[in-house]
Amino acid sequence: MIQTDLPVKARDIEAEIGSDSGILLVGSKAQAIRIGRIRLLTVALVFAISFVVLAGRLIELTVIREPSPSLAFMSASPTKYTAGRADIVDRNGILLATNLLTASLYADARVVPDAPEAARRLVTVLPELSPSAVQERLASGRSFVWLKRNLTPSQQAAVNGLGIPGLYFRDEQRRLYPQGALDSHVLGFTDVDGNGIAGVEKYFDQEMRDRGPQGRALQLSLDVRVQHALRDELMAAMVRFRAVGAAGVVLNADTGEVLALASLPDFDPNHPTAAPALARFNRATKGVYELGSVFKVLTVAMALDSGATKLRGGYNATEPIRVARFTIRDSHAKKRWLSVPEILIYSSNIGAAKMALDVGRDGQHKYLERFGLLSQASLELPEVGMPIVPARWGEISTMTVAYGHGLAVSPVQFATAFAATVNGGVLLPATLIKRKPGARALGVQVIRAQTSNQLRRLLRAVVEKGTGRKAEAPGYLVGGKTGTAEKAGVGGYLRNALISSFVAAFPMTAPKYVLYLLLDEPQGDEETHGYATAGWTAAPLTGRVVSRIAPILGVRPVDDGGALIQRAMALPLASMQGRGQDVAVN
Amino acid sequence: MISFARTDTSIVGRWWWTVDRWTLLAVALLIAIGALLTLAASPAVAERLQLQSQHFVLRQAVFLPMAIAVIFVISLMSPRGVRRVSVVGFAISLLLVVATLFLGPEIKGATRWLQIASLSIQPSEFVKPCFAVVAAWMLAEQRRREGMTGGLICCALFALVVGLLIMQPDFGMTAVVAVVWFGQCFIAGLPMIWIAALAGLGLIGAILAYALIPHVASRIDRFLDPASGDSYQIDRAMDAFGQGGFLGRGPGEGMVKRVLPDAHTDFVFSVAGEEFGLIPCLIIIALFGFITLRGFARLLREEDFFVLLATAGLLTQFGLQAVINIGVNLNLLPTKGMTLPFISYGGSSMLALALAMGMVLSLTRRRPNLGGLP
Repeated sequence: MIQTDLPVKARDIEAEIGSDSGILLVGSKAQAIRIGRIRLLTVALVFAISFVVLAGRLIELTVIREPSPSLAFMSASPTKYTAGRADIVDRNGILLATNLLTASLYADARVVPDAPEAARRLVTVLPELSPSAVQERLASGRSFVWLKRNLTPSQQAAVNGLGIPGLYFRDEQRRLYPQGALDSHVLGFTDVDGNGIAGVEKYFDQEMRDRGPQGRALQLSLDVRVQHALRDELMAAMVRFRAVGAAGVVLNADTGEVLALASLPDFDPNHPTAAPALARFNRATKGVYELGSVFKVLTVAMALDSGATKLRGGYNATEPIRVARFTIRDSHAKKRWLSVPEILIYSSNIGAAKMALDVGRDGQHKYLERFGLLSQASLELPEVGMPIVPARWGEISTMTVAYGHGLAVSPVQFATAFAATVNGGVLLPATLIKRKPGARALGVQVIRAQTSNQLRRLLRAVVEKGTGRKAEAPGYLVGGKTGTAEKAGVGGYLRNALISSFVAAFPMTAPKYVLYLLLDEPQGDEETHGYATAGWTAAPLTGRVVSRIAPILGVRPVDDGGALIQRAMALPLASMQGRGQDVAVN
Repeated sequence: MISFARTDTSIVGRWWWTVDRWTLLAVALLIAIGALLTLAASPAVAERLQLQSQHFVLRQAVFLPMAIAVIFVISLMSPRGVRRVSVVGFAISLLLVVATLFLGPEIKGATRWLQIASLSIQPSEFVKPCFAVVAAWMLAEQRRREGMTGGLICCALFALVVGLLIMQPDFGMTAVVAVVWFGQCFIAGLPMIWIAALAGLGLIGAILAYALIPHVASRIDRFLDPASGDSYQIDRAMDAFGQGGFLGRGPGEGMVKRVLPDAHTDFVFSVAGEEFGLIPCLIIIALFGFITLRGFARLLREEDFFVLLATAGLLTQFGLQAVINIGVNLNLLPTKGMTLPFISYGGSSMLALALAMGMVLSLTRRRPNLGGLP
């Protein structure tokens, strides 16, 4: 200021001289200018300080201060993602279904400047898209059109690299099934929008949405190890016997939990539409079949339980039964009087039919109802078949149902009923959800425990001595029953289209696991001498499955010939003339 | 760059050698940055408003050349020409402000706009620079001639302008006009006792506004205590700077522009912070500081009292708007709708600022010193 004062004054005076206004103002004007400059400096200083403060605050906000978390909702962080489904795990926590965060490509067609060019370039990086379809969508003028769902990161990068305006990504959760086809019929699948449309994905759709992707996983009763063994053996058998399909269920006899459930052919739930529609048909739960001789187990159970016969009793199976235009004959005909154990061991239709007549039509109906075979099973799947019950349940139906014809039920339903015959007589509804120990209380006593005890010995005898010999798995005390049924066709049963199945439990001293395996239209080969019946197909399959899963399930093998075991499995195997004698089977 | 010979005596040639080219460069840079940020921020806003995404960009593309032309043409003028333009402009814009009270559509509770053909203009924006120059003239006349009632006229005009702005109502504009006028009176050498009295009056006005006008009170409350109400806009703006950090999220990667309603106008600085980071924002602040302070520095050598007061008023207005806008963005001041000069989108604001900056450039041109205006 002081420096500029003098020249300014000098110039002021000069100006005054040049101007003709009064000299009086010189002092006042110079003073005004001086005050003005000082105050100008003050204002400038205020501004300078303001700008420095602004700069300081800017540095604080951008660099020094931690970014507040409140903007996190805007970034694509998976932990903040709320929409989506819970994981599914098996009983041991193995992941069966989960979600993968992916980007899906869509376009705002109003913004895309040159649809044909954009489509042409887009197809170069996503060759699976059809150029004409893409172009049509991009030219639609709509604000939202899907182009491709669930891109891989490299595809996303490639699309970004094109730099086409109007293309955007939306974060999506793609459902992922790491086990592939292994549990496909249980898990089902979801559509591209994450809606469950089959299997437990559909049954628990709302539940899994409510839990969300970070929520508690849905824990199934399945054990992937058992599932793998079951599916593997079923597949091998299906190939070997050139069957059109196969199904299998493994249950925990004490809890009703489904440890494994397979239906072949199956599909990869990651790409459900890639498989033919037939592959998505669940034979184990949705399919209902006349299952044949496996039903004799139930017939014997109800006959013994109701007191219609005794273990020492028997029936004359010398002649086939002729009723109306039907003839009931035995396929392994002994043409003699058969004791109750023999009827089961040799799978006598005649014996079973006569036994059922003794139980009576009403008694049979009542028992089957208790076993849950006359109504839809209560499994946690949308795909559960309705039994086909005889329209008129007269004497003939009573006799045919006794050996498994005339009544069609689903395999899982039959396995559930069978479990009750060996576990002490308690029917436990089958479930796909892991149950807590003590689930037995949920069950209903359908037959007496003593009857169940008798059936254990009978079923063991079938495997030791009868039609189920090939189902033996040494050390695991398998017991079970074969079932060979002709499929119903137009105008009667088809001789060469069989449902060959085997129902089994092990170890028979105190059965813990029940399995039911079924082959749809198997064909015999040289090794089976052309036979496709259960004893040659489903029985050996059962033996293989048991010997694979028993170690997994922690069942200890025992010495089959041990005295304790022999005594526990002792059975009064009556002779031809009805002279009863207690013999240890074999 | 176009070059002119020192001996070029054409109008443009003389202009080139006498105008403050550094300020000119800084203004040009601001305009360029503003164009860039309008491209960055406005499409997201336009899309949210269901407009064509380039809606604001296209409009700004019309206003920008007009603004540049205004700066150039006005800066060619002599101080006397500037004064004439201001007097005429002041009269017209004041009449238009009166017209808004009767004709203007009510937008967000205020009538500030006039619809002319497809353009809407805000006449009060033009009152600001014109009034600053007119007030400077009056104050300078008071000094120059004994017995002139310039000061009184100045006070009366001020009362008129403030009255009209409060009727709209537009308190932000009122505050800016008042502060600028106060600054001019201060520089004009008003005795300290009067300064204190005016400051006291201003304080009373502010307290009255707080007490009587609910939305003013609410904004100040929310600034002083963010928990007392919705602070959504300012929270998002804070987040924007945090997300931007040193280098920014990258052009087009900003999020704040998608959620803030005024991302292209009042909160454009936040968009800049998020997308481009610290350095470009510092450059923006530096440019405003440079233009303001360099203008003041040049005034220290100014002999003409009118020029000194007028330029100081215009620069105060320019700098004040920048400080308030950036201060709001950085949560240093309560939320106040104030455009960032040359950077925010907005036709009226852009043209009015062009007018003001044209005047500044004109008034700060080097002139042969002839002892001021007659």
